[in-house]
Amino acid sequence: MEDQHKTITKAVCYHCGEDLPMVKYQMDNKDFCCAGCLGVFKILSENNLCNYYAYNNNPGQQLKGESHLEYLDEPKIIAQLLDYKHENSSIITFYIPAIHCSSCIWLLEHLYKINQAIFSSRIDFLKKQVTISFDHEGISLRKLVEMLSQIGYEPLISLQDVVKAHSSSIDKALVLKIAVAGFCMGNVMLFSFPEYFGLSGFEKQFQALFGWLNLAFSIPAVFYCGRDYFTSAITSIKHRHINLDTPLAIIIAVLFLRTAVEVVFGIGPGFADTLTGLVFLLLMGKWLKQRTYHHISFDRDYRSYFPIAVTTLQDGREKPVPINEINVGDRLWVRNSELVPADSILMKGDAWMDMSFVTGESEPVHKVLGEIIYAGGRQTGEAIELEVIKPVSQSYLTGLWNNEHYKNNSEKQNFNDSVAKYFSLGVFLTAFSATAYWLFQNDSHRAWSAFTAVIIVACPCVLALSTPFTLSAILSVFDKRGFYVKNTDAVEELAKCNTIIFDKTGTLTSSENAEIRFSGALNKEESIIVASLMRNSAHPLSRCILKALNVDRFYSLNNYREVLGKGLSAEIDRHNIYAGHLSMLPVGIKTYSETGVHIVIDRSYKGYFEIKQQWRRGLTQLVSKLQKFSLQVLSGDTDKDFWILKSIFPNSTKIRFRQSPHQKLSSVLELQHAGNRVMMLGDGLNDAGALKQSDFGIAITDNINNFTPGCDAILKGSSINILPDFIQLSRHGLKIVKISFAIAIAYNCIGIYYAVQGTLYPLVAAVLMPISTVTIISFTTLATRWSARRNKLI
Amino acid sequence: MNILYFLVGCSVLMALVFLGAFFWAYKTGQNDDTHTPGIRMLFDDGIADEKSEEDHFSS
Repeated sequence: MEDQHKTITKAVCYHCGEDLPMVKYQMDNKDFCCAGCLGVFKILSENNLCNYYAYNNNPGQQLKGESHLEYLDEPKIIAQLLDYKHENSSIITFYIPAIHCSSCIWLLEHLYKINQAIFSSRIDFLKKQVTISFDHEGISLRKLVEMLSQIGYEPLISLQDVVKAHSSSIDKALVLKIAVAGFCMGNVMLFSFPEYFGLSGFEKQFQALFGWLNLAFSIPAVFYCGRDYFTSAITSIKHRHINLDTPLAIIIAVLFLRTAVEVVFGIGPGFADTLTGLVFLLLMGKWLKQRTYHHISFDRDYRSYFPIAVTTLQDGREKPVPINEINVGDRLWVRNSELVPADSILMKGDAWMDMSFVTGESEPVHKVLGEIIYAGGRQTGEAIELEVIKPVSQSYLTGLWNNEHYKNNSEKQNFNDSVAKYFSLGVFLTAFSATAYWLFQNDSHRAWSAFTAVIIVACPCVLALSTPFTLSAILSVFDKRGFYVKNTDAVEELAKCNTIIFDKTGTLTSSENAEIRFSGALNKEESIIVASLMRNSAHPLSRCILKALNVDRFYSLNNYREVLGKGLSAEIDRHNIYAGHLSMLPVGIKTYSETGVHIVIDRSYKGYFEIKQQWRRGLTQLVSKLQKFSLQVLSGDTDKDFWILKSIFPNSTKIRFRQSPHQKLSSVLELQHAGNRVMMLGDGLNDAGALKQSDFGIAITDNINNFTPGCDAILKGSSINILPDFIQLSRHGLKIVKISFAIAIAYNCIGIYYAVQGTLYPLVAAVLMPISTVTIISFTTLATRWSARRNKLI
Repeated sequence: MNILYFLVGCSVLMALVFLGAFFWAYKTGQNDDTHTPGIRMLFDDGIADEKSEEDHFSS
């Protein structure tokens, strides 16, 4: 009997899957952990949407506090958000981070059952976007968002439009080009086959036709698909430096010219097959290089954290205004848990600013009237009135992004571009000397064919392919282990790093496994009293404490009072109870900790709850594996953890505390000026400047769907211990690219041997190129797999 | 063998039609989301099914 009881109490919330507290909410024989989950279930069951629970167990998510949506009534903001508006129908696309399973898709595509004014809704699962078309006379945008929030799918509406940033992807045109190139290649191959097998006299009549057809197919391949190579080559020559596109453009041009000449004058079949095959393969390589994660954004800046609108006070009335239109001197009205969008002065109210975005320090800071509050602070407490002193874009924090001295992408030179210079030089020397030799021999026909043949055969096609193939294979290995790198170029940067900087909070510690600890003593009766008080508050800390206490019954309470951001008080069973910040308590006490939730029952101090952040596991091993790198720790926090860090890191490690975002940025710059290649690991907005400036910035996150600042890679917190293996694999990757380059040179030497004699037949070129390509691609794939296995990553 | 001229023309024309079809499909966004439709097709229609399932379990 007792066993049975246990299994029941162990059950989880029907909606969200959280462990059930001792006192649970019930409806229709189903258990819920909180009123929020119960509320969602009620809405869904009223609308016959309980299939939601049929596709997955506990698909829901706990509701997070309420947000103010008045701004969605402003026509200006509505117009900015809508995709399309017609007489009585509007279409809007929302980004909803909570989308995670098939139940979400089912529910969000059946929104029309909840409200008749919604015509249809469609989800893009990987992008976590839902496109809703609705009758804006039947349901306002604000009502729509409120409805989504009520069922646990609050859309994220921020200053940086996530939805529109996604839709303008560059590779759409590339895919179309690949399609055309593939089409041309396929047809040219078809018409070239008779030539490969030799033509009988009877079939000769078709030769001219096939030649002309091949030439016709080459034209779109060169002028539509290959156009980018020409423009890139021209700009690089204008800037007096050679990139890989320069020799490629020359080869495409030479191939086309020679094919055209041969076909028009009926000399031979031309090289249309090589030409179209080359263009197709090059574009494939380019596509692999550009392919990136659709569901992860690497380019987020402060605007993703900022709301799209803020409440201002105009003649004593609240009015939502788009953030871009805020001017110096405007009065802002910032409520509990809202963000201060611009540097401003506190005019009215009691400000407790959570500056964790800016400094990484999670403890709220008290500000007095007249003090400056920097943008990025989050108010925890009553609503406050502020006067703006700087526009949003020039505020202290946002100024980080407008810094001029960020790394210049054009300065970064990858292996390919640095090799391309010597490669082109070598090819031209060979080509010209061969031409000169045949001209000297008075054989101008051979001189022309030797010149073109050398350039054709020495194609750096392999070079253009081996890098994307190797590095994208590495990317997919990384991806499986929770390391999402932005693109293939970034892998090269990763391999070159020699200095690693760690942030502390959120990077070396984990916020997910935060543990509630109580210092002091509470007997069972007192625990129930505290839990009864906490039950009435929606503050995350109260919820955590309530969960930790997990009592089996509650008392009713009188005179409940919640001072936002400071604490709670009530009268329970003739006891007076206070919980919260020190300044809230009725008695002055001395304690070891300023922070935490302090408990006082009947004027006697009981102790305090504290959230202890836990260090990530395996840090010591991680550090010992990184001995070859010079390490640094930059923390925005106080130095309370100095000794723990000291014991983890070797003595040579520089550990600095109380670092502002600007100081972090300048430390990175300093190291770079000293010739180091810096890798930065951080998590919050306070590291964002340093992440962007560093040669390879890694944002650490415990939930991949969370917002991360702009970076080169996103690393799951649980995978931080295998970072050394990631670095090792990227270095092997570069080695593989170099070896494949050597193989390609060997093939080229064979080709050039025939080419300089002017006896290169189109067939040889047409066979040699695919063979070398296949060799290289299979070599890189196998070698990458082998080295990933050696590094124990697969 | 003159029929070959006609056949070559036909084959090129067919290939062009397919290329055009791909362009149309791609530009109208049919390849934008290749993941969700696979999940969507597994949903049952209507709630009637779910109810009958419940009855089935309770009996």
